[in-house]
Amino acid sequence: MQHYTMNLKLKVWRQQNSKSEGRFEVYDVNDISSEMSFLEMIDVLNEKLIKDGGDSIAFDHDCREGVCGMCSMVIDGRPHGPWQGTTTCQLHMRAFKDGDTITIEPFRANAFPVVKDLMVNRGAFDRIIQAGGYISVNTGNAVDGNAILIDKQNADDAFAAAACIGCGACVAACKNASAMLFVSAKVSHLALLPQGQPESKQRVAGMIAQMDKEGFGSCTNTYACEAECPKEISVMNIARLNREYLQSNLGS
Amino acid sequence: MLDSKIPAGPLDDKWTTYKGKVKLVNPANKRKLEVIVVGTGLAGASAASSLAEMGYKVKAFCFQDSPRRAHSIAAQGGINAAKNYQNDGDSVYRLFYDTIKGGDYRAREANVHRLAEVSTNIIDHCVAQGVPFAREYGGLLSNRSFGGTQVQRTFYAAGQTGQQLLIGAYQSLERQVALGNVEMHTRHEMIELVIIDGKARGIIARNLETGELERHFGHAVLLCTGGYGNVFYLSTNAMGSNVTAAWKAHKKGAYFANPCFTQIHPTCIPVSGDHQSKLTLMSESLRNDGRIWVPAKQGDTRKPNEIPEEERDYYLERRYPAFGNLVPRDVASRAAKERCDAGYGVGSSKQAVYLDYADAILRYGKIEASKRNLGNIGTDAIIALGKEVVKEKYGNLFNMYEKITGENPYEIPMRIYPAVHYTMGGLWVDYELKTTVDGLYALGEANFSDHGANRLGASALMQGLADGYFVIPYTLGNYLAEEIRTSNISTDHPAFIDAEKVASDRINKLMTIQGKQTVESFHKRLGKIIWDKCGMARNEEGLKQAIAEVRALRDEFWSDVKIPGIINQMNPELDKAGRVADFLELGELMCLDALERKESCGGHFREEYQTPDGEALRDDNDFMYVAAWESKEVGSWNLHKETLDYEVVKPSQRSYK
Ligand SMILES: Cc1cc2nc3c(=O)[nH]c(=O)nc-3n(C[C@H](O)[C@H](O)[C@H](O)COP(=O)(O)OP(=O)(O)OC[C@H]3O[C@@H](n4cnc5c(N)ncnc54)[C@H](O)[C@@H]3O)c2cc1C
Ligand code: SF4
Ligand code: FES
Repeated sequence: MQHYTMNLKLKVWRQQNSKSEGRFEVYDVNDISSEMSFLEMIDVLNEKLIKDGGDSIAFDHDCREGVCGMCSMVIDGRPHGPWQGTTTCQLHMRAFKDGDTITIEPFRANAFPVVKDLMVNRGAFDRIIQAGGYISVNTGNAVDGNAILIDKQNADDAFAAAACIGCGACVAACKNASAMLFVSAKVSHLALLPQGQPESKQRVAGMIAQMDKEGFGSCTNTYACEAECPKEISVMNIARLNREYLQSNLGS
Repeated sequence: MLDSKIPAGPLDDKWTTYKGKVKLVNPANKRKLEVIVVGTGLAGASAASSLAEMGYKVKAFCFQDSPRRAHSIAAQGGINAAKNYQNDGDSVYRLFYDTIKGGDYRAREANVHRLAEVSTNIIDHCVAQGVPFAREYGGLLSNRSFGGTQVQRTFYAAGQTGQQLLIGAYQSLERQVALGNVEMHTRHEMIELVIIDGKARGIIARNLETGELERHFGHAVLLCTGGYGNVFYLSTNAMGSNVTAAWKAHKKGAYFANPCFTQIHPTCIPVSGDHQSKLTLMSESLRNDGRIWVPAKQGDTRKPNEIPEEERDYYLERRYPAFGNLVPRDVASRAAKERCDAGYGVGSSKQAVYLDYADAILRYGKIEASKRNLGNIGTDAIIALGKEVVKEKYGNLFNMYEKITGENPYEIPMRIYPAVHYTMGGLWVDYELKTTVDGLYALGEANFSDHGANRLGASALMQGLADGYFVIPYTLGNYLAEEIRTSNISTDHPAFIDAEKVASDRINKLMTIQGKQTVESFHKRLGKIIWDKCGMARNEEGLKQAIAEVRALRDEFWSDVKIPGIINQMNPELDKAGRVADFLELGELMCLDALERKESCGGHFREEYQTPDGEALRDDNDFMYVAAWESKEVGSWNLHKETLDYEVVKPSQRSYK
């Protein structure tokens, strides 16, 4: 791997809080190594801003390994930036070249109000899970783990859906700001497992109702969500959700 | 006197006896009792949901924007349980024994035995919650092996075991939120403990979005706030992981145990430059199938694929034939350091060794070819099949490696080097997980309890969930049964007002310094001191220097740190400053503890105490104790010792040869 350094121009969204208006600010960052991660590049900028007496850019991040779902930037118009199947924190600077201008914005959706700069409030996702995204089993109730046989294909498919990190990029990518991919991933994860069957009707109905209440838009099958999802959650899950939803209506 | 409150009777029966006699709280009274749970990682989410299911009123806190994002989410490899599904001779006793031995005989037998006993219940419960563990074609659960053991007892969900377990616990937690049994406070950080009449009665939390300080009452307080590995600056921990909650409790009377017992994980992606903000683990499960080597010749600059088999040194297989690449972490890490220090390291920094999958790919390819009855298909086709199998097992890890390094590990051996990963030390707790402050409990990585001087792989997830799902629901009742007459204490109580004032004075002080150096730069410098002098190898001189350096750095911090922004607004730099300030005190205690422990054991390697062939040399006569430190004032502690009695296992020199 050849390493190189680059000078960049960053157009970054700055906003004090959910009530104030935001605007873009332009910054120069120099001597960025191609080995850095994208967030390390922002770290460099923040150190400079603080030293110069300004305020650092607030952004969410924690694991920096692509699994906690905390990081959430729109980079050059794409949630999580240019790399397929990659979170912002896993994006590396070798994706860019000397002289590039990079635009950085928060995830935008009515249901995700800006907290500050690039940070948004995704509490709506937790409330959707509260509306049914679980299996009702109290600690102490379980039977032996191997007493429940699960077909390997179903187990693998459930696992693939459960890989969702709840980041919200699907919402930010969607022109309707729909949360359908996120909801369908949870519905599929649990519906594919025998343990999840007994509650499947209430689950899908409850989660969809909450999604609507939170102000997410409806799904018009443009599939922008799948293209931007860092965990490559499949839109097949949306089809499964629709089947489940239909059944829940028929049954009730 | 430290009383660990270990129940009497034979080891096998202690937990059962305890559960049979423990005091209970009736359902009507549970509804009146409030429990504060700080932290909603595996330990906290499992505790909060289980206690809420039982009927207690729970208030839970985390600093991330959702409980689903706790550091536990990043655990990759797996979780141990003594199920013996593989019929390979596993048992509760063996898991207990392996953990005690792996911990180099510095853990409490009774706690570890209980952990092994409840391990099997954890798997059952997680399956019931819908955790999608890996399965075999027959639909049964699949297992793999981890370091320090000779059986296959690790359950996993590809390389995302922590994620799946946490999502399970998180869903149970959110269910309780929906039912009104848990009040969840996200983006809140505990910054003071409130003690009234000698008992923990609440916390002061800072709302990170608004900067406001809040007072919260609880009949008991549970700290499930994770480990302190970020004292090293560079570690595999999430960026926000910190010691603040535990440290605040320590300063109010909770003893801190074995702070110098930290784990350096052998398989991480090496540091690539000064810009590095964190390190990434390559799961230990990779050591199952990967082979670790360095060139046999010093300073060899050839590409790995150009170095023939006979010119490679598979040093773990050479030094430890019985366990080979699966020796415990401390042993593997030191062996890598030894080779690199001796000039055999690889990559541009020379601070790396190879983790090679070529053999595994070939082996799996052959197995697959014969499974599918493909006959003689040639090496290339076999390799292609092998890559598929490896991809299924470790695909996400390989992807991660490629994203970070830009190299394809299916073709070129990975470069790895040890990195800080886990902290065995933590708040001292007794058998009931209670700290030395009445009513204050510590669970998960935040306590010191089960791993001695070295933790075995796949045992932290087990311990966090054991503490939360199956231990605290019993032991907390034993305390709360005496509290049913305590009505809620008003948060206007002077103790709350005082604690809030201490917290706000501290924040104001931090904000008024307005010096010249950033929080990050202090953190980096602290990390370097601790890594160089209290890391993989330690010695008296270095530790003494480190103590002086940390003290000086702490003074510098309090006079020259520069924090932007304002208090009453989201201010990540201010949050970080509070955490770094606490690391600057903890760092000193770690060095002091390491200095005091004049022996080598597990992750604590004192260069003065080693065998002729470079293995850790324990001193059971003088150091078979838990070092529990009582805080007096900043930079001053009293040492209390809890002697460890081994009734069942006879400590011996650990051998993996
Ligand atoms: C990369 C990596 C891989 C790992 N892989 C494995 C593995 O395969 N198997 C295994 O067994 N172990 C593994 N471990 C170890 C294991 O993941 C951790 O030890 C374990 O998850 C810790 O869980 P916890 O619940 O104690 O703490 P955490 O998950 O760290 O949770 C801490 C919680 O406390 C909260 N918190 C902290 N401070 C405060 C405060 N002041 N106020 C409010 N909230 C606070 C946080 O918000 C969070 O919710 C791994 C660790 C790492 C770093
Ligand atoms: S579906 Fe994908 S994009 Fe949407 S929240 Fe889950 S991981 Fe993020
Ligand atoms: S910081 Fe955790 S996914 Fe990006």
